[in-house]
Amino acid sequence: MIVAERKPMEAVASLVAPYERILVVGCGECVTVCMAGGEKEVEVMASALRLMRGKEGRPVTVETETVQRQCEPEYLVPLDKKAEAAEVILSMGCGVGVQFLAERFAQRWVVPALDTKFAGGVREAGVWEERCGLCGDCVLHLTGGICPVIRCSKSLLNGPCGGSHGGNCEIKRETRCAWQLIYDRLKGLGRLELLTPVLPPKDWSTARDGGPRQVVREDARL
Amino acid sequence: MAEGFEPKIVAFSCYYCAYAAADVAGSMRLEYPAAVRVVELPCSGKIDPVLLLRAFEEGADGVYVAGCLEGDCHFQRGNLRAKKRVARVKALLDEIGLGGDRLEMFNLSGSMGPRFAEIAREMTERVRRLGPSPIRERLSARGEAAGTNPGREGDLP
Repeated sequence: MIVAERKPMEAVASLVAPYERILVVGCGECVTVCMAGGEKEVEVMASALRLMRGKEGRPVTVETETVQRQCEPEYLVPLDKKAEAAEVILSMGCGVGVQFLAERFAQRWVVPALDTKFAGGVREAGVWEERCGLCGDCVLHLTGGICPVIRCSKSLLNGPCGGSHGGNCEIKRETRCAWQLIYDRLKGLGRLELLTPVLPPKDWSTARDGGPRQVVREDARL
Repeated sequence: MAEGFEPKIVAFSCYYCAYAAADVAGSMRLEYPAAVRVVELPCSGKIDPVLLLRAFEEGADGVYVAGCLEGDCHFQRGNLRAKKRVARVKALLDEIGLGGDRLEMFNLSGSMGPRFAEIAREMTERVRRLGPSPIRERLSARGEAAGTNPGREGDLP
């Protein structure tokens, strides 16, 4: 999932400060699961904004709506009426959601309430951790299902570096060394031969530099 | 502190402890401040951050959640969950400038009637020191507080 975190309230308040009619839009997907922008968080945000503005003596009208997915235009259609009535739309979706809202509601100012952090998963209840660097050229079949691109602090493809201490990383001491994890897993599975070939420099042309990437499925197009 | 300030405090109380303790306090003829309005919850773990915030939106000067003693929750961990949620909302109240001190979590058992009354006094005194919530002051200025605005549901009586 895409993991996000609420911006400080002061920052959010400043984004909507000039407006009196705010529409807060949540998303029912990733940000619901990472407890940053689902229905509950939307109601808390709306209440917090009303309290902040009430305290300042500048009451504000806050409408709320949580859509199934902000990143798909058809799910934004039901927002049309509320968006029309609002002066500003505060998206509690990830960065993708914010942009789809801005595209749909071209005449409305759209601002983000969240900082989008990474593609990751639930490490334990209440803890989310990054797992994928979205590089566009997966190497997990060579590394025992442990991604060196994102889990090694230096994204080394032929690690570990000299900074691996007792199985931990020299950049962040509490982080496990990805290459130690890879070695241990491959050894356990009897697949250490996978580490013999030296991997060539990574082709980063599939990664995020060079503008937005697209995936096109002709069979799915209308 | 505002002149003649009578705080309004909402006490979200667990059915299995604080709510029963309030009954015990009543049976014992114990006096506690009329500032406290008790709202019954099936467990303190039922409390939701938005409920706490809504109480402030409707003009409460202080809010507290009263759950079972730690280790004694009827649903095992409801009071521990409530404790964490209250801590998070306290931080949010600090962030938005209302002040986390206006919110608190207390633990007691169903037999602790005197403690219920003591908590009510303790919280009332604290809120008196903090003064009226700026939200309540604004609502009063607009004639919206204390149920004078029929358009708002759930205003504090």
